[in-house]
Amino acid sequence: MLEAIVLSVLAASTPLLIAATGELVTERSGVLNLGVEGMMIVGAACGFGGAWLSGSIIVGALFGIVAGALMSLIFAVMTLALAVNQVATGLALTILGVGVSGLIGAGFVGERITPAPHLYIPGLTDIPFVGHILFGEDAFVYLSLALLIGVWLFLYRTRAGLVLRAAGDNHVSAHALGYPVLRIRLFAVMFGGACAGLAGAYLPLAYTPFFIPGMTAGRGWIALALVVFASWRPGRLAIGAYLFGAVTILQLHAQAFSLGIPSQFMSSLPYLATVIVLVPISRARTGGSTAPAALGTVFVPDR
Amino acid sequence: MQLVLEKRAEQSRTIALVSPLIAIGLTIATMVILFAILGKNPLLALWVYFIDPMTDGYSLQEIAVKATPLVMIAIGLSLCYLANVWNIGAEGQFLIGAVAGSWLAVKTNGTDAGPWVFPVMLLLGAAGGALYALIPAICKVRFGASEILTSLMLVYVADLFLDYLVRGPWRDPNGFNFPTTAEFDPVATVPLLVDGGRLHLGSIFALIVVAGAAILLGRMIKGFEIRVVGAAPRAARFGGFNSNQLILLTFAISGALAGLAGIIEVAGPVGHLQPGFSPGYGFTAIIVAFLGRLNPIGILIAGLFLALTFIGGEQAQIAMKIPLDVTKVFQGILLFYVLACDSLILYRIRLISTARQVPSGNA
Amino acid sequence: MRKILIAAAAVMVTAGASLLSASAADKLKVGFIYLGPVGDFGWTYQHEVARQALAKEFGDKIETTYLENVSEGPDAERSIEQLVRAGNKLIFTTSFGYMDPTLKVAKKYPNVHFEHATGFKRDKNMGTYNGRFYEGRYIQGVIAGKMSKVGVLGYIGSFPIPEVIMGMNATMLGAQTVNPNIKVKIIWANTWFDPGKEADAAKALLDQGADIIMQHTDSPAAMQIASERGKLAFGQDSDMIKFGPKTQLTSIIDNWAPYYIARVKAELEGKWQTDNDWDGLKAKMVVMAPYTNMPDDVKKLAMDTEAAIIAGKLFPFKCPVVDQDGKTVECKGGDHLDDGQVLGMNFYVKGIDDKIPGK
Repeated sequence: MLEAIVLSVLAASTPLLIAATGELVTERSGVLNLGVEGMMIVGAACGFGGAWLSGSIIVGALFGIVAGALMSLIFAVMTLALAVNQVATGLALTILGVGVSGLIGAGFVGERITPAPHLYIPGLTDIPFVGHILFGEDAFVYLSLALLIGVWLFLYRTRAGLVLRAAGDNHVSAHALGYPVLRIRLFAVMFGGACAGLAGAYLPLAYTPFFIPGMTAGRGWIALALVVFASWRPGRLAIGAYLFGAVTILQLHAQAFSLGIPSQFMSSLPYLATVIVLVPISRARTGGSTAPAALGTVFVPDR
Repeated sequence: MQLVLEKRAEQSRTIALVSPLIAIGLTIATMVILFAILGKNPLLALWVYFIDPMTDGYSLQEIAVKATPLVMIAIGLSLCYLANVWNIGAEGQFLIGAVAGSWLAVKTNGTDAGPWVFPVMLLLGAAGGALYALIPAICKVRFGASEILTSLMLVYVADLFLDYLVRGPWRDPNGFNFPTTAEFDPVATVPLLVDGGRLHLGSIFALIVVAGAAILLGRMIKGFEIRVVGAAPRAARFGGFNSNQLILLTFAISGALAGLAGIIEVAGPVGHLQPGFSPGYGFTAIIVAFLGRLNPIGILIAGLFLALTFIGGEQAQIAMKIPLDVTKVFQGILLFYVLACDSLILYRIRLISTARQVPSGNA
Repeated sequence: MRKILIAAAAVMVTAGASLLSASAADKLKVGFIYLGPVGDFGWTYQHEVARQALAKEFGDKIETTYLENVSEGPDAERSIEQLVRAGNKLIFTTSFGYMDPTLKVAKKYPNVHFEHATGFKRDKNMGTYNGRFYEGRYIQGVIAGKMSKVGVLGYIGSFPIPEVIMGMNATMLGAQTVNPNIKVKIIWANTWFDPGKEADAAKALLDQGADIIMQHTDSPAAMQIASERGKLAFGQDSDMIKFGPKTQLTSIIDNWAPYYIARVKAELEGKWQTDNDWDGLKAKMVVMAPYTNMPDDVKKLAMDTEAAIIAGKLFPFKCPVVDQDGKTVECKGGDHLDDGQVLGMNFYVKGIDDKIPGK
């Protein structure tokens, strides 16, 4: 049963991990995009639509990615080109996204598709316990991990990543050094949007293979929390995502064990856990904050 | 050719007055296109959304009833946002305020309690909301934790707590085990203002709150401190303003207003406590705050306007079968345009040819 | 310029006003208030299906409207009243939480008739209706008792209200007739509708050893998961065979159309009266999806059980009913629990080991 629980946790954590990875890059560049939930749900609607129309999961995933990137483009134009307040814009994006996804998805409700296939390597997948976990998952799970590793390499092992981090820590200096801060942030925001769209698409393409309005159920907000929880570091992001997924799954199992605790309390555990964890994490940072110092501040290059 | 933003030497006053109108105009233009795409008559749709609800007394009352919690919460939020702290958890404070006030209603239900019940319920509601809002505020002040995330997470916790209370300890014993408290006694209900409608005392409270905020921000030192702490934190420090204290204060006020709105809503239009009684007022109020540009009168107008679109959206569903999602799209687009047009107050948009760009690079 | 604007405004106002009240005076207008989106493929979807059947049955004689996604708070009252003001004379409010708002509006408009689903408050112009879904649950229990290889059922509950508890009890009683030692694991999703959560709950139940999934939530997610894992499941609200062709044993289908048609007919003939309709298999308000994915003898047993219930020979809650503490429940209906006891059911029957949350 432990293996089955681990598999469930992996699947539940994957959309959180993908969305949070994208938001991490966005925030590292200095932009706070609260519209993750809106981008995810539009990704879900378009992803499902694409897969249903074309019959291919890959096309669906691409639709989701493009949809998320386009949503984030709206955000980018507002906050980067027009220097609008990022918090307000992000919230507006979420509201818009929920409405747009309802309109787009209305035509697809009640339809179903074949969910993304799981990997199967004869011999490897059959290894007891680790076989299914390592070799028996669907492509999204592997992609989420590859994405995370890729982002880590990018941020810490490439010059471009260094420049991006610089833009997030001190945009004035970065600009003075000649780096195109706004363009860097544009790419970071769109990468974040693409990831959010992909994460949203994962839900109807692999997790529950149909589209229902509102199916993201707040996961975008949890992804935002995860980025802070992880102190903006990719390695910790993975830990956070799986931890959160675990709490969500385990509270259901705990019910089946009839522990006699009110089910509402169990359902609230993931959220309480985030608040409780944020406190020591943030405290540890008061010495030298690891948040990108320019996060959320408006930048207008002077000429 | 490149589009650049140039900071204005002084905020443009004409734009400040005109930008909301431009924003509304742009929104209406976008909505006309959207209606056309959906195959609905655009002019009729606009009429149903914006004009029709203002044509009869019932709808006008409903607009006021819907706007009341929005305006109250948004005023509180505006204080936080002016101080540059982001209270996203107003929905949770709304719910906890409702719970706190309802405690007294449930306790005295069926007993012959006097008219002191209602005012005390209001006080409890405000106190409950304020205390709940202080949690993220203290986390921020003492531990530096992001108030956006803590206040947001607490919304979910509040929702589940309410659910637990109403399904468990506070469940109406005569209610066939259904998840609702008993109907509140008349002493525990918000008095109505007009017979035959739902307009209630809460709307008067909302107006008082608007006036209070206008006085606070316009004429009182504390209001000035709040604004400076948000706009120029260094200057605030030099001025000796204690930003921590202001964070706690603005959150507490915001929570109190949200909590007050919560208990008024429950003891008024709803009449008992039940799970899911809030259609997301705490979040809609955030839009109202921004649409009102964090200004008390602006918020009053924005709240009424947004309430108008909710009512209009419902009527559009009935009369023209326009899906409710369109209302959300409209609200999102409106906010976008208002924010974009507002940036013109601070910045000027210029098109320059790239040849003129000062070459940048390592010197 | 001003004159043009005024003229345009006048045209718009009159056009709008006339378009909105343009419906022929003799058409009966029937309104519906839905809790969720019509596309939830569950509870609301079935009401919508019935509404469309109404439109088909009565054609030009009626005009139907619906409001979806109406939350059960203060907005409900306004939505109901808006339907009234738009000229609807018969209004169906399809969720328990609309009970008090419906009552308030009913008192205001004595000439409009209201039908409230799953509630218990009535008035001269407000009736209630509900389905005896527990009859279907009993049959499902019998099937599950036969089909479960390990003797453990998995049950996804929404909220611990009587409607859900009576369903669980009926399931267990039915299963116990076939396998007295049958066990059930229960997970409360705390929502009527959240596909992700329902999928997680289904996985957890299967991981815990259950091999048949039943649900009192509204999406096909659990069916989907059971299908992926090669287990069996029961659908809910609508026929979910599409989501589990080799998985679904049967499904309890909410079949509101005959009831709605009958009520509209009564209204058209001027014979509408307030009533409390709690119908089940016999009146076809509850319909079982075709019995599939089971051997013929189980199928026959299911059909026989169904026939017996319809004929009034078999009562799911026939006495003696023993609760989980071992006490025998007082039998107020002669040889079976009476409606009041079932409606207020707040105990588990013997055989369920969990405690009801919140008690």
